[in-house]
Amino acid sequence: MNELRELARKLLADGAVRVVIGYEDVEVPGWPEEGPRSARPAFVISPDRADRLVFDSRCVHNLAVYLKRQRSHLAALGKAAVVVKGCDARAVAGLVRECQIRREDVVLIGVRCGGVVRDPRLGPGLTEENVSERCAGCEDREPKLFDHVVGPMPPPPPVSTRAGRLTELAAKPAAERWSFWSEQLSRCVRCYACREICPMCSCVECLADKGRPQWIDCSPTPRGNTGWHMMRALHQAGRCVGCLECERACPEGIPLGLLQRHVAAVVEQRFGYRACSDPSVPAPMGTYRPEDGEEFIL
Amino acid sequence: MAASEPTIVAFVCNWCTYTGADLAGTSRLKMAPNVRVIRVPCSSRVSPLFIVKAFERGADGVIVSGCHTGDCHFVTGNYHARRRFAIFREIFEFLGLDPGRVTFSWVSASEASKWRQVVDDTTARVKALGPFQAYPSPREAIAP
Repeated sequence: MNELRELARKLLADGAVRVVIGYEDVEVPGWPEEGPRSARPAFVISPDRADRLVFDSRCVHNLAVYLKRQRSHLAALGKAAVVVKGCDARAVAGLVRECQIRREDVVLIGVRCGGVVRDPRLGPGLTEENVSERCAGCEDREPKLFDHVVGPMPPPPPVSTRAGRLTELAAKPAAERWSFWSEQLSRCVRCYACREICPMCSCVECLADKGRPQWIDCSPTPRGNTGWHMMRALHQAGRCVGCLECERACPEGIPLGLLQRHVAAVVEQRFGYRACSDPSVPAPMGTYRPEDGEEFIL
Repeated sequence: MAASEPTIVAFVCNWCTYTGADLAGTSRLKMAPNVRVIRVPCSSRVSPLFIVKAFERGADGVIVSGCHTGDCHFVTGNYHARRRFAIFREIFEFLGLDPGRVTFSWVSASEASKWRQVVDDTTARVKALGPFQAYPSPREAIAP
């Protein structure tokens, strides 16, 4: 933690960056005073405030989202340093890969990560119930894209009890899958929190916001909701870095992570691409191989 | 057309399948009359959202057809389209919708009989699956 704060202080004092985007400890209104505290994104612009920064298992947020072009008010602050876990570094690599940002315009402070919680309200402890399922089998516990990397390597996290839910759902018959999804998607209120929190949803104008032509019904009906989530899954194919922030942000608790993880698995199996921290690997949906499988085409 | 007859929307590429379908017509081949043909410049012009939209607006089945790989008028269009369709099909299936409602095919300008086969097969399959009623229209969803 001290290493992180020292580095942030030095970067700000030297003028290397104007803002450090990291995490800070926060009391949550409504939670018991003695109970668990949460962490939230912090924007440090002065070296003497660098002591606010923390990093531990509660730091679930993918801070790469603040590098999206839509966040022009943040870009106005000046050059940023961002605290990234391995999964967040993959998102930064994705933004560089798709020319949304330039690598030299951001300083990446990598943190070695021992896993994060699924829900900070259950406390900071990494138990099988509370560890995020994205951490299962993580190969990027030390980020692979960074300018500085800080902190000791914590022990690996336990495997989430929820890690198997994708295979369970995929094994069910089609009718059961549809009744599952139609029930889940019918709860969507179309707040677009999944889109706003997603670092890879980087379109300046989302197709869902376009009125002419109107691709997606804007009211939260089963039809519009299905269209919206199908469209988002399609557009995330080959982009999703598996941070599952969409699922965490969803106020209705729709398991969007299942859809994203399934699409990511299909992309890996069919096109041999897995979200990685190397921006020079081409995006799978922007390229092709002549020998791609076409067993489904007559 | 009887109420049980399915409506099928076909997105066909201008250079191969549309010409192939045209050849089927001028050759007076008999085929199922359920298909509405929409001509697009290339199979890669077909966003998977076209297919979603077709189902939303009352189609029971969709055909997407273009040039054989390697024959694309724009050289690489159908290679890109193939990746997109593969992903779309997997999402459609994962949600629990029947992928049999969507047919992807490569039909060249000379393959009039293959086009007839695609149309007849898709119509028969969609007819067996019945009307697409996965979700109610907004009007029905809001009504008490």
